[in-house]
Amino acid sequence: MMFAQDPLYAGDWLGDALITGLKVLVAFAFLLVAVMLNIWFLRKVISDFQNRIGPNTAGRWGILQSLADGIKLFFKEDLIPDNSDRFAFKLAPYLSLVPAFLVFAIIPIGGDFNGDDGDGVVSIFGHDTLLQVADPPVGVLWFLAMSSLAIYGVMLAGWSSGSKYPLIGSVRASAQMVSYEAALGLALASVLLVSGTLSTHAMVIDQSGEGPAFFGIENILPAWYLLPVGIVPFVVFIIAGTAELNHPPFDLVEAEQEIVGGFHTEYSSIRFALFFLAEFMNQITMGALLVTLFLGGPNGPALFFPEGWWIGVFWFFVKLMGFLFLLVWVRATLPRFRYDQLMDFGWKLLIPLSLGWFILLAFIQIGRDEDWSTAQFVGLGVGLAAAFVALAGMLTLAIRNARNERIEEMEDAHG
Amino acid sequence: MAEFITFFFGAAVILAGAIGVVVARNAVHSALFLIQTLLGVAVIFVVQEAHFLAAVQIVVYAGAIVILFLFVIMLLGVDKSEDLGVEPIAGQKPLAVVLGASLLATAITFVLVATDGATGVGSADPERQLDSGITDIERIGRVLFTEYAVAFQLTAALLTIGVIGAVVLTRSLSTADQLDDLEPASMDLPSLAPEGANDEHHVDTVEEDAS
Repeated sequence: MMFAQDPLYAGDWLGDALITGLKVLVAFAFLLVAVMLNIWFLRKVISDFQNRIGPNTAGRWGILQSLADGIKLFFKEDLIPDNSDRFAFKLAPYLSLVPAFLVFAIIPIGGDFNGDDGDGVVSIFGHDTLLQVADPPVGVLWFLAMSSLAIYGVMLAGWSSGSKYPLIGSVRASAQMVSYEAALGLALASVLLVSGTLSTHAMVIDQSGEGPAFFGIENILPAWYLLPVGIVPFVVFIIAGTAELNHPPFDLVEAEQEIVGGFHTEYSSIRFALFFLAEFMNQITMGALLVTLFLGGPNGPALFFPEGWWIGVFWFFVKLMGFLFLLVWVRATLPRFRYDQLMDFGWKLLIPLSLGWFILLAFIQIGRDEDWSTAQFVGLGVGLAAAFVALAGMLTLAIRNARNERIEEMEDAHG
Repeated sequence: MAEFITFFFGAAVILAGAIGVVVARNAVHSALFLIQTLLGVAVIFVVQEAHFLAAVQIVVYAGAIVILFLFVIMLLGVDKSEDLGVEPIAGQKPLAVVLGASLLATAITFVLVATDGATGVGSADPERQLDSGITDIERIGRVLFTEYAVAFQLTAALLTIGVIGAVVLTRSLSTADQLDDLEPASMDLPSLAPEGANDEHHVDTVEEDAS
């Protein structure tokens, strides 16, 4: 894992510390500004979807609207309910916010990955380093760890408020996040099977350059993991990621018509702003992770290879904007799920689907490693397909059976 | 030096969390202190270059197990501060002191007696040395799927049995006869069928009860 090490840590310690501090500061400032623009982007696009103008007063095109909202929130009165657990009530917003910041540390946002020596190393004030805050050997596991910590913020916020709507919201939230993290993790595992590394930086290097030939035409497909991993984990990752973000159509956590505001009902002023900040920051991070895992991170499409670190930053943001637009599009289009639909969808469709795809990928990988002949591939493939069909049939039967039993029980009990 | 400083602060965080778990009056606060301890242990793992263990420590313990603790605490409604003066199990406190003291004594004896250090890191035996060329993730993967493959699969089977057993145990109550004996959750409102539609049969029952 030599290339997982940031080349920065070879030099003098003072310079290294200063450069690291600079990178942390830039990432911090970037996330804050990006959240501001993200909220504005969301409101503008969604008003286009709904045939209205949207924010248009603060600044040109209303671009400073989120800044004004933020200042207003900071100066509002901070209320703590009498019935609350004060310690946990004050702690919860930070437990949401800090993981949201920390996840972004592993995202490579730029660098030159072209050519044979393209390893994404850039030089800042004479120090060689990577355009990401940290490149730990555990890489994407860091993301899983932080997103599992983020659940505490939501859970404690709901519990400590000492009122029932927040509690319902937080129980919904933690059940939803724990459930969809399974599907998300399985989609992630499919990528890891192809990449063979956990480090985000090594993944981006692996995805640089030209991809496989497309019907004999070279240099047309990029080497992004989307191609070898397949479309299924990609789609599962987007859906499960949207659910992790508690973003519509998975926003049962703060379903206004049912439970007022969910876990943050009792929050006001700056504490509410921190939850809001964490939510939008998580959107950006989830998009950045999707881009890194499936769409080559800062790598451009294969046809276009200019030099320089800035082009990586450019491609990264183009792809990130694509994901953020998709989120708004979904928000404007789909109505909210019902709770049982949400759980059915996650456990009975997404998890079996991504698990099956994972086994398929493992099968192909083993076949390549062992140099199977075409006959072996076809024979074992037919067997695997038969097993899949049988499993899918059993699952469908089990689901239908359980459903009928539930209905019968209800009828017996009440009829 | 850096390792020593990190260990010092990590150990302080761990101990403070552990004391907090015991001292806190509120079960939810105890769970929060437990998370602090687990995070401190993760930091110590990173210092020991066991990055994978550190990540798994957070994902599994902090992310799943303590979440389940919190679920149980909140749903059972034991999240109120308790009077610790009342001892629920008689004679538990002296036994706990004896057990704690003997465990501590065992740990200290082990560290003092072990010739190669407690973990074998100081050993001259090349078999027990860590190869710095391979990452800890790869090493754990290899060992898990070669030497400990059987144990690994047995654990998987055990967990599956545990999950299925839990489902069976919770579902055994909901046979039709037993459901009849239970009080309806709300007497004046018709309940909903599992599909969310109005359950007509239940409305009938309510009317019969009323008459």
